[in-house]
Amino acid sequence: MSPLQRYSIAYLTIARKEILRFSRIWVQTIVPPVIMVALYFIIFGNLIGARIGRMDGMAYIDFIMPGLIMMAVITNSYSNVVSSFFSAKFSHHIEEMLVSPIPNLVILLGFLTGGIARGLSVGLAVTLASLFFTSFRVDNPIMVVGVAFLTALLFSLAGLINGIFAKSFDDVSIVPTFVLTPLIYLGGIFYSIQLLPPFWQNISLGNPILYMINSFRYGFLGVTDIDITTALIIIMIFTIALFSIALSLLNRGIGIRQ
Amino acid sequence: MYALEINQLTKTYRNGFVALKGIDLKVQRGDFFALLGPNGAGKSTCIGIITSLINKTSGSVRVFGHDLDRELIDAKRKIGVVPQEFNFNIFEPVQEIIANQGGYYGVPASQARKQTEVYLRELGLWDKRHLQARELSGGMKRRLMIARALVHQPELLILDEPTAGVDIELRRSMWKFMRRINEQGTTIILTTHYLEEAEQMCKNIAIIDQGNIIENTSMKALLSTLDTETFILYLREELLHLPTISAEFAIRQVDEHTLEVDVPKQLTLNQVILQLHQQNLQIDSMRNKVNRLEELFVSMVDKKEQAA
Repeated sequence: MSPLQRYSIAYLTIARKEILRFSRIWVQTIVPPVIMVALYFIIFGNLIGARIGRMDGMAYIDFIMPGLIMMAVITNSYSNVVSSFFSAKFSHHIEEMLVSPIPNLVILLGFLTGGIARGLSVGLAVTLASLFFTSFRVDNPIMVVGVAFLTALLFSLAGLINGIFAKSFDDVSIVPTFVLTPLIYLGGIFYSIQLLPPFWQNISLGNPILYMINSFRYGFLGVTDIDITTALIIIMIFTIALFSIALSLLNRGIGIRQ
Repeated sequence: MYALEINQLTKTYRNGFVALKGIDLKVQRGDFFALLGPNGAGKSTCIGIITSLINKTSGSVRVFGHDLDRELIDAKRKIGVVPQEFNFNIFEPVQEIIANQGGYYGVPASQARKQTEVYLRELGLWDKRHLQARELSGGMKRRLMIARALVHQPELLILDEPTAGVDIELRRSMWKFMRRINEQGTTIILTTHYLEEAEQMCKNIAIIDQGNIIENTSMKALLSTLDTETFILYLREELLHLPTISAEFAIRQVDEHTLEVDVPKQLTLNQVILQLHQQNLQIDSMRNKVNRLEELFVSMVDKKEQAA
């Protein structure tokens, strides 16, 4: 058997294990984000949104819908990998992989597959749930799927890096609470950055999540606050950078080998 | 070619603690090898480096000729390890833990499932295969880790205190199983605090203390270095006074039915028994006062500490 075949088996084993991990407990992993986004739709879309009027030329509920889906993709891909990797580290079963003849790249891809699978599954569930509140057209399906995939990949990588450095369960929750959530909420889910004064518009451009939400919204609705090519380049740069950092940390054994 | 060849291996942890001070070790293919030492001597660090869970500071490690620095993947494929601490996901079913480990080693799913069944049956866990690992008893968890280490059929099996906390009956059945695995060609390295276990099972031995190998020889050669063995003799009748025997033997009365006698290496126990028999003393049973290896181990480690 060639090394490539062996690595494929190892990759599929890790990926399957990671997917089973969250799908077995779907009531805890898939359902809560759907309920949360449904509440956003009811409160911000129907109740308050009706008084807000139109945003970027469309109903407010339609404007926030892509951002809410993207929020679910980001938080779930991130939390899936950080919790899976950290708990494997905490209870030492990460050693099952570390003693095995698997290149770190395969381990990385296995964990990322789990994160992407959960991010996209939740994203799909939230999209289907949103049909109860609004009807929408998809302007550019390839853009929608591509941006969702890249975003899930990027935040799976970020979750893995968090998991590598985390020493306690507190460390696992600090980044999502104090970094990720503010960036998501300030990333243009609920408003167009055109509404902001020029100074805050420029500050917002430093938020990578703005580019993902706008690209995703562009895919759905064909409207965006920023240049799509620039947005895609920025997403790609972040993805490549985080991928390189994560692989380098695994290769150096940071947080996992003494 | 050796199953394991370690040269000048050192490990200094970030806090400055030097766990290994340039050890050399060779384990022959097919050997059943004991790596013994007191707590904190460096055994687990050594095993951690061989299994690549710990980064070495310097030196080299070869597993069946594969250097860990240059051919890590090839070296890892040869090794199966049963660690000291439980290191599996306690929420995963038993069967899945083992089959997944096979997958990590590149064993195709159908073959991994077959191997899983073989070892779960061998180790008496087949009827527990659907349980989550957390539902197993301590002894079962140990056996689960043995099955997991064997699923890819390693050529070198490292057992780091595999019978810790396991009752004697189960321990004996595990010894029997390990002996069979060894007879089938698997090289085994065993660390244990049960020195009786090491004495009975292992052909060769290394004793590590304070990061140095202080002895590395065959079990037979090591045991032959004992100057004196102490035996406990249980007598049928009550002793009225301490029997008189040749001065080469030191004899002591423990209680009215028990004697303790030191037998120098050049003399035999037969001579003691004969002399007691001549005094009409009947021996019901006898045993070594302490395990022979234990006696040597303690004296060697003590000597080393005194020298330090």
